[in-house]
Amino acid sequence: MVELRVNGSVYRIDTPVGRTLAEALRLDLGLTGTKVACGEGHCGACTVQLDGVPVLACITLAHTVGDREVTTIEGLREHPLVEAFVEADATQCGFCTPGQIVSAAALLESSPSPDSEAIRHAMAGNLCRCGTYPKIERAIHAVAGREKGG
Amino acid sequence: MARLIRTEKEVEGRYTEQWVVVEEDALEQWPEGPLHTVGRPAPRVDGLARARGEARYTQDLRLPGMLRTAVLRSPHARARVKRIDLGPAREAPGVRGVIGPGDLETLTNEPNYEGQAVAAVAADTIEDARAAVGLIGVEWEVLDPLLDAHVALERESFVAEPRRYERGDVEQGFAEADAVVEAEYRTQSVLHNALETHQTACEWEGDTLVVYTSTQFLWGVRDEVAAEFELPKDKVRVICRFMGGGFGAKGSAGDYTFIAAELARVTGRPVHCRLDRREENVNSGNRNPTIQKLRLGARADGTLTAIAGEYLCLLGWDGWLSPTAGPAQMLYACDNVATVEYGVRLNAPPMDAFRAPGFVEGTFGLECALDELAAKLDLDPLELRRRNHADHDPMDERPFSGKQLMECYRRAEKAWARRDEVRARSEGPWRRGVGIATQLWYGGGGPPSYAWVRLSGDGLITVVTAMQDIGTGTRTAMAQIAAEELGVPLERVTVELGDTAHGPYAVVSGGSSTTPSMGPAVRAAAADVARQIREISAQRFHVEERVLSLSDGRIVSADGGSWPLEEITGLLEDGQILGTGARGPNPAGMRVMTYGIQVAEVAVDVETGEVVVERIYAVHDIGRVINPLGAESQIEGGIIQAIGHSLSEQRLLDPRTGAVLTRTLDAYKLPTIADVPEIVSELIDVPDAHLTNLGSKGLGEPPIIPTAAAIANAIRDATGADVRSLPITRDELLQALREAARRERKLEQVGAPSA
Repeated sequence: MVELRVNGSVYRIDTPVGRTLAEALRLDLGLTGTKVACGEGHCGACTVQLDGVPVLACITLAHTVGDREVTTIEGLREHPLVEAFVEADATQCGFCTPGQIVSAAALLESSPSPDSEAIRHAMAGNLCRCGTYPKIERAIHAVAGREKGG
Repeated sequence: MARLIRTEKEVEGRYTEQWVVVEEDALEQWPEGPLHTVGRPAPRVDGLARARGEARYTQDLRLPGMLRTAVLRSPHARARVKRIDLGPAREAPGVRGVIGPGDLETLTNEPNYEGQAVAAVAADTIEDARAAVGLIGVEWEVLDPLLDAHVALERESFVAEPRRYERGDVEQGFAEADAVVEAEYRTQSVLHNALETHQTACEWEGDTLVVYTSTQFLWGVRDEVAAEFELPKDKVRVICRFMGGGFGAKGSAGDYTFIAAELARVTGRPVHCRLDRREENVNSGNRNPTIQKLRLGARADGTLTAIAGEYLCLLGWDGWLSPTAGPAQMLYACDNVATVEYGVRLNAPPMDAFRAPGFVEGTFGLECALDELAAKLDLDPLELRRRNHADHDPMDERPFSGKQLMECYRRAEKAWARRDEVRARSEGPWRRGVGIATQLWYGGGGPPSYAWVRLSGDGLITVVTAMQDIGTGTRTAMAQIAAEELGVPLERVTVELGDTAHGPYAVVSGGSSTTPSMGPAVRAAAADVARQIREISAQRFHVEERVLSLSDGRIVSADGGSWPLEEITGLLEDGQILGTGARGPNPAGMRVMTYGIQVAEVAVDVETGEVVVERIYAVHDIGRVINPLGAESQIEGGIIQAIGHSLSEQRLLDPRTGAVLTRTLDAYKLPTIADVPEIVSELIDVPDAHLTNLGSKGLGEPPIIPTAAAIANAIRDATGADVRSLPITRDELLQALREAARRERKLEQVGAPSA
């Protein structure tokens, strides 16, 4: 048995040793908002936060999470970035979008008004094959600007 | 009245004549320009579902009792299975079904490319399935693979017969030329790498096979699966409500679908078969490499007198010959053109369509050669393109249905005029330059395509059609069209798609055909409902039907007076008003194409060969624009993929074994957010007056077509180096720079006064 703290709730699950956090979230908890696109830590689609730090859930073992708080897209559904991504058209096929938003939320938490350079640096690990990058940058700026303004 | 007619159908340059039944399509096109909803930016109607992680993709399915699959794939590019023992896999823990060569057409004991499927295991967990595949004993006889294009050409190893095209007399054309350029251009194999890998879950419900799959073409998968399992077509139900990208590679069923269906039959359980990323990079299709020998001739005033092209298209073991010579044949008015395309068969993974297949590759060669010609003639490259504008289809003299390319050229002048200023910003080892390239492509769509529209008692509207939304924003565009026709706000419209059992036939999401095929059908279905509302309202409000129209959610009379829509729909309580619509025929005797031009600004470090794309300006003509916001995203997405094609992406094959070396997203370099330049785009937005009740064409593919040539031409402008091969690696660029320097020195020596 392993105990996982996810989006403010505690789950006790019987999951095999060796299962990744991404698979534990998807298969054991049914939290399918976290996507697996490469399964080997190269694309960022599976990004979740551990105590606010973005990590790749597909190369993190469920049993190594310990008592750190896991935040997935399901825990960020009311985050202003979600609305901003939709308004800016920062989602095409949408498969990378949850991971993008989880990464962007961590960025804004640590740096509330990043410039373009900082956004590009922080988001470079989240691939989008559809090419929504200009819109992602716009969405992050929109939320950062809003928070700065008021 | 329904009419039975013959019409021309085109998908990615492949034309077929077919019978279609069309309803009388009496709808006039809407006036030009932005309307209430159509032509105005709309955030995606399914954006929240995707952004919140609520959208269910094929990968997210968990059917009760569902098994997972692993596939044994050939580790050799060409081999024979001498002996295979599936027994140990059958005995392994968690295994519920094992199939091998002979069980399915797609499982082979004579693989002809690396990754070809040989056997498959369904088990309780993916870990069990993988472990069992590892236990399958195979004795291979490894054979020599055919991997060299020129050897294959000599041996006439072709997937398709060579395709020859000729008009006029090219030798005569070259004799009339004042300048001739001749060069070889190469394009690489690139991989689609949609983030959701190819995958399918299958489940038998009685005599019906239910197929959940990540696909661009529900109905195509239905037909293929029905044929494979000898089922009536409608005993196969195909479902895809959300898909994580395709870019051309998800147009057919694929081995994973047949494997899942067969294992579901064998085990009596739902079965999911999903390619992992490494399988995806080997075995899910690719843009085929090309080697293009081009020769262009022109008179001193720039008039093209001859174009000759020989194209080796290295298709791999299977596939088809996409129209690589298309741009040479159609882009410019030139009387003398001769092309030959060879679809070379090699022991390499088969190609598949990739966003404007053929034209991406062919445009790179042609548009680079044209700039080399401009340099030789000392003509402005934009002016050279203008002087050779084709006023009608040069292949068969047909008029173009609507063509705003000259307007694209006019609008591009401003971006093109930045070149002196851009070049002047060169400093130190960083040289800057500007390049252009023109594009044409198909994208007119066609019948058959149908839609149903349902208006409920509460005044809400549902569009139902069994199409896919590949991620281009199809749901939103269809909702906008229905909202416009019915005069209601966009929020009142829902689009239900993605299930062949729950909607009429719809086209493939490919060939830039979705909006121009489905849009007119949706509009016709909405108009059918609107007509019924007017008829009912006329009776209810005692006015003449012809004075009634629908606007702002109200029924409006030209004689004054208006009523909320609910005054009619409310009468019906649970009653509904139902409309149907079909896509009409294409304009007879005309060529329907899309056009555009892009201007690239680059910076090149001549010491290291590093290239930075700093700005791309794009202007495209696709007829009427439905959603300018989604359209801008399509343009940006196409350009960003093209930047990857130009500078970093390349599938590498081991030249000795044929093994794919770039199997991961670490080795295969996709563009990241840090690689994106400033992108400025605009659309002409003039409806194609001859095309359907909308005048809209597709935009999925056009923007990816000219970018690579524009970048290569900008590099030449910046440095004088001729880059003729994609991707433009530092190595290649440094070599091209050395050659350019050598040419320069030679010129100086020739030009020096004799002693």
